[in-house]
Amino acid sequence: MYVAVKGGERAIDNAHAWLAEERRGDPAVPELSVAQIREQMALAVNRVMAEGSLYDPDLAALAIKQARGDLIEAVFLIRAYRTTLPRIGASRPVDTGAMACDRRISATFKDAPGGQVLGPTFDYTHRLLDFALAAEGEPPVAATAPPDETPTPRITDFLGRDGLIQPEPATDAEPRDLTREPLEFPADRPLRLQSLTRGDEGFVLAMAYSTQRGYGRNHPFVGELRIGAVPVEMDIPELGFAIEIGEITLTECETVNQFAGSRTEPAQFTRGYGLVFGQTERKAISMALVDRALRWDELGEDDTGAPAQDAEFVLSHADNIQATGFLEHIKLPHYVDFQAELELVRKLRAEALASRREAAE
Amino acid sequence: MTAHCADPAPEISARRDWMGLLARAPVDRLAARFATLGDVPAFSWLRRPETGGVMVRGRAGGTGAPFNIGEMTVTRCALRLEDGTVGHAYVQGRDKAHAERAALVDALMQTGAAPRIEASVLRPLADEAVATRTARAARSAATRVEFFTMVRGED
Repeated sequence: MYVAVKGGERAIDNAHAWLAEERRGDPAVPELSVAQIREQMALAVNRVMAEGSLYDPDLAALAIKQARGDLIEAVFLIRAYRTTLPRIGASRPVDTGAMACDRRISATFKDAPGGQVLGPTFDYTHRLLDFALAAEGEPPVAATAPPDETPTPRITDFLGRDGLIQPEPATDAEPRDLTREPLEFPADRPLRLQSLTRGDEGFVLAMAYSTQRGYGRNHPFVGELRIGAVPVEMDIPELGFAIEIGEITLTECETVNQFAGSRTEPAQFTRGYGLVFGQTERKAISMALVDRALRWDELGEDDTGAPAQDAEFVLSHADNIQATGFLEHIKLPHYVDFQAELELVRKLRAEALASRREAAE
Repeated sequence: MTAHCADPAPEISARRDWMGLLARAPVDRLAARFATLGDVPAFSWLRRPETGGVMVRGRAGGTGAPFNIGEMTVTRCALRLEDGTVGHAYVQGRDKAHAERAALVDALMQTGAAPRIEASVLRPLADEAVATRTARAARSAATRVEFFTMVRGED
């Protein structure tokens, strides 16, 4: 029997009012402003922008505040918001080679032109809690040095010049867009890259780590990791030319991986690529490793059955909003479904009991 | 038409530059510079300010096939001054007043007011943008690694 059930409005309203009160916490403690979150929780803001797939630091900070710091809930809020935005257009592909780099390191070339620039990194900190931060005070002033105006070409460009690494020839192919069409397989590389760049950081990290531990090993070196600002250009039809419509911070990681070669083709390094909104280097490195693992087919490698080589597995489970939506819906009322199951179990038990009794007699 | 059209490149290039500068300018900075102009000229809307998303693209491996990274918020509008000059704006973010100011500056830069706008709005904004960028570049430069080769003993 199907029974429609209504009710709970008052309970829901009261729950949400209490949520608002809990969100605020102790009123004796000053309230966080959105600007404070944007400026002082910047890496959380970056993660929400990357996985929310919308570059807007103020909105991401607001979402973090509303979500009480639950970053997946904040990503959910951003994803919901972005569906309300009319699509103005698509940018020209950004030129990461022209990035104004805050940070730029290479694990493969010590003397890379442009140098090794650490930027504002957690690397080489001792990971000891800094109790000075518990007290209010001014931070130390960062040192400065005369800015280096020389361009910082991509490391892989040097390898490419000598034919030592597999090339990435430019195309103008219109990429498929996950926000416009459902994910379908086989997924080409542009679609995989879109899925990975907005994928859950923890999931992409775990997949990348699995390749390092041997499940689809591909021997990566971080050829280059760079973080900095790039202008975004778009063609404006009513003007007839392209203009810069803003500037965004990106993290780019290029890995240099084990080489492929054959009797006819000389050995060449291969590559994996990560490009993510904001300062998000764990994610960008992870993305590059997973991108490389998923390229096994085009590079003529064996499918070892590793999870990170399985595009359908990786891409279908990378999105934390899809995942949490499906996961969390099972806590919502399923009374009718459950009643049906309950009926079935009672019936099965009654039948089993009856047949046992018959056998005993 | 005339010689005016023979070489449009420098004009387009100049307009591209100021539109880009306005798109990237912090909202409060453009508002502050714009306020120094005094009265806002009368205009009519061709397209009221509208916030939307632009899909930002990158290239696989930095140089290869384009792919979608994610969207960014952009606000655009178009307006016409009383003398018929049309101003356009595409600015980063969701601030409609910011887009309106940018479109007004774009329009005024195509009129006789250009030198004054250039001096009181664009030049200061450009200087501030350079200063911000240089300050970051200077901090970044201070984190450049200097390697020392250890003496090995065999000379």
